[in-house]
Amino acid sequence: MKIYNKGPVFLGIAIFLALALFPFYNNFGKTNKKPEPKTDTPAIMEYEKLNGKKECVEPKEYMRAEHMVLINNWRDAVVRDDNRGYKSSTGKRWNMSLQNECMRCHSNKKKFCDECHNYMAVKPFCWDCHIQPVEKEEARS
Amino acid sequence: MSMDRRQFLKVAGISSILGFGASAASATHPTWQPSLRPDQMDRNKDSLWAKRWAMVVDMSKFKTDGDFQKTIAACHSIHNVPDFRKPDGSVDRKLEIKWIWKSTYEKSFPGMEEGKYQSEHVKDMPFMLLCNHCTNPACVRVCPTKATYKLETGITMQDMHRCIGCRFCMAACPYGARSFNWVDPRKAANLDPAKGGKVNAEYPTRTKGVVEKCTFCTERLAVGKMPACVEAAPKGALLFGDLDDPNSEIRKIVANKLTIRRKPELGTGPAVYYLIGGGEHA
Repeated sequence: MKIYNKGPVFLGIAIFLALALFPFYNNFGKTNKKPEPKTDTPAIMEYEKLNGKKECVEPKEYMRAEHMVLINNWRDAVVRDDNRGYKSSTGKRWNMSLQNECMRCHSNKKKFCDECHNYMAVKPFCWDCHIQPVEKEEARS
Repeated sequence: MSMDRRQFLKVAGISSILGFGASAASATHPTWQPSLRPDQMDRNKDSLWAKRWAMVVDMSKFKTDGDFQKTIAACHSIHNVPDFRKPDGSVDRKLEIKWIWKSTYEKSFPGMEEGKYQSEHVKDMPFMLLCNHCTNPACVRVCPTKATYKLETGITMQDMHRCIGCRFCMAACPYGARSFNWVDPRKAANLDPAKGGKVNAEYPTRTKGVVEKCTFCTERLAVGKMPACVEAAPKGALLFGDLDDPNSEIRKIVANKLTIRRKPELGTGPAVYYLIGGGEHA
């Protein structure tokens, strides 16, 4: 079989492969930094001091896997059913509010929310409307 | 090997059922629940509750323009309502967002007779207008996503998460109570920190492309507070209560005095009553 214009064709293929595979060979062997969400805000430290433990609305494992479901359910309960009190499986009562309850403790959005969301390339649009806490130290650095 | 469309769809369908579909969903979401169970809900004991929230506006208590402005300002600052101004400082009517506003008699009550000998006082009187939280709201009927709906307490509420910005509700509302966010409200001078603005961090803003209006302060009722306008208005000017309760103050006023509502002939059943003459009640 005869190939016409061999030189430019193979050069073109080589350039295409070089570009298309760039992400693979460029990152080969490197490990990404694992996301490490921080739970060391003043409010959480204060809570730990008073209660002897860190504690979220639901157990940690559930929150890690299902916080988005919980938040969606909170949203529906508050907005559509006008019901703002949540009784947790731990028996505690929480005010269902992203701005006034979640972020009251987790006032470090950049080091808490964004840490994993950026790593996973998920872009929730909570903050288009909801107001994120002011992060003073972050702004200074 | 070639495959026709029918074969491709069969293979794709079966493999998605076997491989992903149901098993994958239950494997990744073992604790998924579609909504909160009743035992997970615990309503605030202090919250104010009614079968039919309604308002009486006693126009005789609004004496100066300042009375109107401070009422409007209280609502708009608490709810992060953007205030868009033209370069010359006047309100930009195209971008204007209003939850509660001041208007003229003929715009507020266009069906009412404006006879030659009618009280000049009433004809020239400005009126405090807001969402009427209708019993049979046109906006709710037309909303294609159920983003606006009635709460049990009679409040016409909207869910910004569901609003697609079609503005059917604005076309349907006979009271002009709804405003559309043509631009990002956070760019308004009163909300943008870069322009010296300040937001109420306890309440969200809205985003570009949604419709908003008065909510009778559901978030304040939930913690046992009266609506912001009621607190800010001159004493007794705005009365808020349960119209369904025969002993409530507003029910007594509506039952005993002559009050008018905006465009009642449309059958929407507005829940904001206007007391024109005032008197020695309240």
